[in-house]
Amino acid sequence: MLLFIARRLALAVATVLAVVTIAFVLGRATGEPGALLLPDNATQADVEALNSALGFDRPLLLQYLDTLAGLVTGDFGDSYRLRESALGLVLERVPATIELAFWAFVIGLALAVVAALAIQLTGSRVLRAIVGWAGALRQSVPDFFFALLLVLAFSVLLGALPSLGRTSYASLVLPVVTLVTGQFVMYLRLLDAALSEQAGQDFVRTAIAQGQRRSTVLFTRMLPNAIVPVLGMAGLNLGGLLGGTVVVEVVFAWPGLGKLLTDAVSQRDFPIVQAGLVFVALAFVIVNTAVDVLVRRIDTRTAAA
Amino acid sequence: MSAVLRIDDLRIETDGETPRVLVDGVSLRVDRGESLGVVGESGSGKSLTVLAALGLLPVGTRVTGGRIVLDDRVLVDVEAGVWAGERELRALRGRTAAMVFQDPMSSLDPLRAVGAQVASAVRVHAPRLGRRAARERAIELLSSVGVRHAAERAATRPHQWSGGMRQRAMIAMAIAHDPLLLIADEPTTALDVTVQAQVMDLLAEVRERTGSALVLITHDLGLVAENSDRLAVMHHGRVVETGATRAVLAAPAEDYTRRLMAAMPAEQERATPAVRTGEADALDAENIVVDYRVSGRKTPVRAVDGVSVRIMAGETVAVVGESGCGKSSLAKAVLGIQPAAAGTVVVGGVPLRSELAGRTAAERELAQIVFQDPYSALDPRLTVHELVAEPLRIRRVYDRATVGALLADVGLDESYAKRLPGQLSGGQRQRVGIARALALRPKLLVLDEPVSALDVSIQAQVLTLLDTLQREHGLGYLFISHDLGVVRSIADRVIVMQHGRVVEEAPTAQIFSDPQHPFTRQLLAAVPRLDGPRRTARTAAAS
Repeated sequence: MLLFIARRLALAVATVLAVVTIAFVLGRATGEPGALLLPDNATQADVEALNSALGFDRPLLLQYLDTLAGLVTGDFGDSYRLRESALGLVLERVPATIELAFWAFVIGLALAVVAALAIQLTGSRVLRAIVGWAGALRQSVPDFFFALLLVLAFSVLLGALPSLGRTSYASLVLPVVTLVTGQFVMYLRLLDAALSEQAGQDFVRTAIAQGQRRSTVLFTRMLPNAIVPVLGMAGLNLGGLLGGTVVVEVVFAWPGLGKLLTDAVSQRDFPIVQAGLVFVALAFVIVNTAVDVLVRRIDTRTAAA
Repeated sequence: MSAVLRIDDLRIETDGETPRVLVDGVSLRVDRGESLGVVGESGSGKSLTVLAALGLLPVGTRVTGGRIVLDDRVLVDVEAGVWAGERELRALRGRTAAMVFQDPMSSLDPLRAVGAQVASAVRVHAPRLGRRAARERAIELLSSVGVRHAAERAATRPHQWSGGMRQRAMIAMAIAHDPLLLIADEPTTALDVTVQAQVMDLLAEVRERTGSALVLITHDLGLVAENSDRLAVMHHGRVVETGATRAVLAAPAEDYTRRLMAAMPAEQERATPAVRTGEADALDAENIVVDYRVSGRKTPVRAVDGVSVRIMAGETVAVVGESGCGKSSLAKAVLGIQPAAAGTVVVGGVPLRSELAGRTAAERELAQIVFQDPYSALDPRLTVHELVAEPLRIRRVYDRATVGALLADVGLDESYAKRLPGQLSGGQRQRVGIARALALRPKLLVLDEPVSALDVSIQAQVLTLLDTLQREHGLGYLFISHDLGVVRSIADRVIVMQHGRVVEEAPTAQIFSDPQHPFTRQLLAAVPRLDGPRRTARTAAAS
């Protein structure tokens, strides 16, 4: 297991390196930031002076090595616009992003498990159809529009929940609901299919032929076997959420990573882009390693292979 | 003597608007302590009949007529409108009647320790027993079915157990509550023949201890002959013949029973070998070594350890042995799928590189394979015509007439060309697999358990077809099998493998009449025969 984790850490380093390199190449390919940072009436000379002040006139290789050095020391430089440490700006946004991602993930997965178990326990086709249909209906509405509908209903008409910012637990509700309802149906579909497949397994029949209750078999046999593939998918998904959810953050003015990063990209604020991407890549690798460790604990066959 | 299980006039149909009748008017009776063999080919309804007795019918099928009485309790009486509820059935399952299923590989939960699974079978009907006591009882049960070091083994998960050991664990669970009736549904079909003998010995032994009656469901008449007191032969959802096993097999009254018996692999060798002299050998493999790298181990596992095989044109050489003996690895090395670590492979006079990638397309044509499972070996979305045409298209030698001729060769007429594999029977699929293998006119055909997934009557047909094709085309056959009965009727020579080495090689007749190596004798002794020694004792019934 230790060897496995060590191997994964090496992979994490390689991933971060690849991400930083790709971001560097693409960033430089899209042009220099001088013109974007200065007002519209700035002269060409001003722009070039700023570019050279920021180091963009140096050879590309040198710039790249500089970036790598920053990666090792954790110093990504200051934001071009805000004149503050880029890493500091990113870390400042991280708690808000983690908070949103965590609750959206946990509640979405938990609801899907409950719904899938309810469908299996009742054996009700109607229930499956209703839950599946409602989930698909939600997914067919874009996130930003669904978010606006929530705001209209709960903030404007009912005045029950805040619609902007991150001020209290109440302000978490609408963004989390938007994300959860979007995630739910995906998990449900996966889990329902996995459980239905388990229902036909020989060892399930064995347990029932021994006189076990169907509900006991569902919880002790079918669910652990069905959850393994779903966990892998959920890990990828959580990694994605940790990268920030731009649409939801914009609609609810949520001070998360997604908005910071998209702004930084459009303004060629490379230090923030680099620092943000390193965080996202690390979060992705760590979450997926954790999921793999979990899966190997549940299913020792994968560890043996 | 009262019956443990009585089934009267049972009828099972599929759900839906146009129900199909799967079981029709079946009546069976199992007395205390006795052993009833239920024999039939796949689709005969033999499994459904007993599954119905415990309310375990698969989704989409239901009982529509008849009566089922288990241990004096009426579970189903369609006319009287009696239907046992899930609660009542649950109390009977595992306690009054327990099941042992066919495939021990898939019948245990892969995620839970075997001991825990046995313990939960114990606790189902003894909820007041503590966890600890249940675990101890589980270890006791595992020891009682011959699992050595049961205490340590109990903590390991099923993938660390062999097939035979898993089936022992299944039996341990089944006898946890000394059931009146054990139902074994093809309990040894997935096992090696020597392991099969051990499992059947064990079943007889535990029955002596528990006094349980046995319903043995199988397609193997030899197994029934050795393990049952009475016999019911099923065909197309009906019982066609029933009676004392000895009497029925000595003088079968029904035509179908006679046909089943006739289809059993003949206990004599094929008449004249079709060997063609003057042609290059179909296969000349020398000192083949196959190694498998295992992660976490420095030394590779040696699956084949210096095996030589020579097959003349028109000759069949069978390689037999238990699973893990290296017979399949040998076949893979010949084909280049698993490159040999050492040794030479010459097919049809052409020396071949050990790995497939190093062989030209023309060289690959020389050796083709027919797989064991005709259900997974054919792409379900291609028609029969396209399946056979595929290798021809790859070599750009396709034409319609060739495909038609190949299909005619394997006994499939023009009407089959447009069908999909899903619309064919198992035997027909295997014919398609053979036609596809023959498409490029190979010199050597590797037959990897080609008939072990088929019913006996279909087996006989496919073996006859293989014999005819061999004579026509002068093919060499490398016939991989664990079934000595099948080998006897088709092979000219037999190679017996154990632990990656050849322990005996001789003409077929000699292997069967005068086996030299103890392992060969052990293999032969384990094959169930119609006149084999009877394993079932009536001590339980008498007590």
